[in-house]
Amino acid sequence: MIIEGMAIVNEGCTACGACVDLCPVEAISLDLDEIPTDETDEYCDVWVWLETRDNRLEGVGLELLGIGRELADIKQEKLVGILLGSKLEGLAEKAISHGADRVWCITDPALEHYENGAYTAALTELINQEKPAIVLLGATPDGRDLAPRVAARLQTGLTADCTGLAIELETGNLLQTRPAFGGNIMATIITPHHRPQMATVRPQIMKARPADAARTGEILDYPFESGAWALTRILSQEDTQKQVNLEQADIIVAGGRGADGPEGLQLLQELATTLGGTLAVSRAPVEEGWIAPDYQVGQTGKTVAPRLYIACGISGTIQHLVGIQGADIVVAINRDPKAPIFQAADYGLVGDLFEIVPLLITKIRKIQKQRHQ
Amino acid sequence: MRWIVCIKQVPDTTEIRIDSRTNNLVREGIASIMNPYDCHALEAALQLRDQHGGQVTVVTMGPSQAEECLRDALAMGADEAVLLSDPAFRGADTLATSYTLAAAIRRLAPVQLIFCGKQAIDGDTAQVGPELAEWLGLPHIAGVEYLVVKANNITARREAESEYYLVEANLPALVTISRTMNEPRLPSVWGRLRANRTPITVWTGEDLDIDPNRIGLAGSPTRVKRIFYPQHQRQTQIRQGNAEQLSNWLVKTLAEERLL
Ligand SMILES: Cc1cc2nc3c(=O)[nH]c(=O)nc-3n(C[C@H](O)[C@H](O)[C@H](O)COP(=O)(O)OP(=O)(O)OC[C@H]3O[C@@H](n4cnc5c(N)ncnc54)[C@H](O)[C@@H]3O)c2cc1C
Ligand SMILES: Nc1ncnc2c1ncn2[C@@H]1O[C@H](COP(=O)(O)O)[C@@H](O)[C@H]1O
Repeated sequence: MIIEGMAIVNEGCTACGACVDLCPVEAISLDLDEIPTDETDEYCDVWVWLETRDNRLEGVGLELLGIGRELADIKQEKLVGILLGSKLEGLAEKAISHGADRVWCITDPALEHYENGAYTAALTELINQEKPAIVLLGATPDGRDLAPRVAARLQTGLTADCTGLAIELETGNLLQTRPAFGGNIMATIITPHHRPQMATVRPQIMKARPADAARTGEILDYPFESGAWALTRILSQEDTQKQVNLEQADIIVAGGRGADGPEGLQLLQELATTLGGTLAVSRAPVEEGWIAPDYQVGQTGKTVAPRLYIACGISGTIQHLVGIQGADIVVAINRDPKAPIFQAADYGLVGDLFEIVPLLITKIRKIQKQRHQ
Repeated sequence: MRWIVCIKQVPDTTEIRIDSRTNNLVREGIASIMNPYDCHALEAALQLRDQHGGQVTVVTMGPSQAEECLRDALAMGADEAVLLSDPAFRGADTLATSYTLAAAIRRLAPVQLIFCGKQAIDGDTAQVGPELAEWLGLPHIAGVEYLVVKANNITARREAESEYYLVEANLPALVTISRTMNEPRLPSVWGRLRANRTPITVWTGEDLDIDPNRIGLAGSPTRVKRIFYPQHQRQTQIRQGNAEQLSNWLVKTLAEERLL
């Protein structure tokens, strides 16, 4: 393990390789018994699972098609979308317009709702038949439920919650980058000798490509034998009463402990409304009970990707910052010039939010009024 | 009748800081704790035992130091503890970890219900539970925040993207437990005393029916290629001044960025 930048190899060593990379003089090497080359060459193409809900495509599937397209182009292979459900009309065409070369559809009444037994059976069977090199799933509750079950059945590796994917040119391996230790470090993982290489990908990080109606592709139906695949029975389903949809927000005004209470958040809500945006918070206001957990951004909250994120009275701990990596422009308002949020912001205002925000609201409204005249 | 809880010892990641001078992870004096999710999993198992009888067995795979979290679990009320410890288990990824845990759980059969935490805070993968269920050929329900056990089956509520599902499975089964499920009890003084007297079963690879090619680093399809510190690539412009100046600057900037 690494203590104060020094590598200590003791009983706690998990052969993670951290020391090899950090050693400035390349004095450490990790002797991995290389497994003899296997038939990894036989496997090709990049697959993405297109998650559906009520027979509609989930946004994360389009994001996966975006990154999948890049990977497939580098490898000069096909990008293949996988659709599982009970009614899939029109979805394959949509996936093709967003980048897929081919879409496999498995339509079966047993696949109407996500059920891990049936979905595992269907996806594994298709993978075993077609042998893709890469399989990507969204790191959504269902994707993170399905992927490990499939990976274990195929006895291959799986990297969770990736925020970066690339191809290593020399080997063709998928470089899977993800946060660990609460976002304090990043790790790049490979799956050198097993195929397919499987990863779940965090929503809101990858960019979907705009739809291109002129794109063409192949749509195939896979004849899946329905059978006693289900492992669980869904008794009922109940919508969560979501108060906000931060993932889709274009502009977010976020408050932290510095907002000092529900009234402070009310002020920030006003700025958000003025900008046509949405209110969000760091974990501190949730812990203080000022607002519902649905509004929290970060490691244990939502990952967001707005065009504008204004952080007010937020110190900018790593757990918060991992949630806003995808934001285009980050503005920070904080009275402590040393707050780490300033290192993660494009524009930093050192000052008191209770003085600055009311002025912002007035000035922005004035501009908006002038425009209307 | 056995209730099995898989627990993991993890560094307390809230304590982990980057040394801004050397850009290194400061690990000195970082406490090891039982993965917080696993405390909730254990609490769920203890409640079911108190209701239905049987015994709670906690299992962990790790270095001998991981005995500490087994003692914590015994102090909370677990009946027996098994430590899977062998240099050959080192370097295991989620597939090799779940394979090894599965071999141990087979030795502990018959089993009623297996509990895992929803995820461990060191890697946050949430993979070991479902992979373990797959190795054992059992149904699993992940991210459970409410559950009821009847004679031969379990009913559990799991939170998905925008809905809750009430799901039923036959026993034996595996559940992974969310932190909203319950409030874990604190160990009592009596529990601590008892925990110190309870012998811990230690199993090495020799004690399990396993394929040496499927454990530890050798049995792990994934490899860590590189570890680095997150970089926030933004060219920050910072302004100080009075509120009037600052708000003027920001409004002008946002207008230039076409955000108003
Ligand atoms: C496992 C784990 C997961 C976590 N997940 C998340 C997560 O998902 N999201 C998250 O946000 N946190 C998360 N946290 C918590 C995180 O570590 C911090 O505790 C939290 O982000 C701090 O919130 P804050 O920045 O609002 O509060 P603080 O750190 O207290 O910062 C408040 C800031 O406000 C400034 N301030 C005060 N008054 C004013 C004023 N009048 N005007 C301007 N500035 C002012 C102060 O200078 C200070 O910088 C997690 C922690 C753990 C251990
Ligand atoms: N080494 C281990 N020993 C015992 N249980 C483990 C181990 N690793 C993971 N688990 C269990 O699997 C859950 C999920 O871990 P993870 O997949 O690492 O996020 C944990 O909450 C534990 O219940």
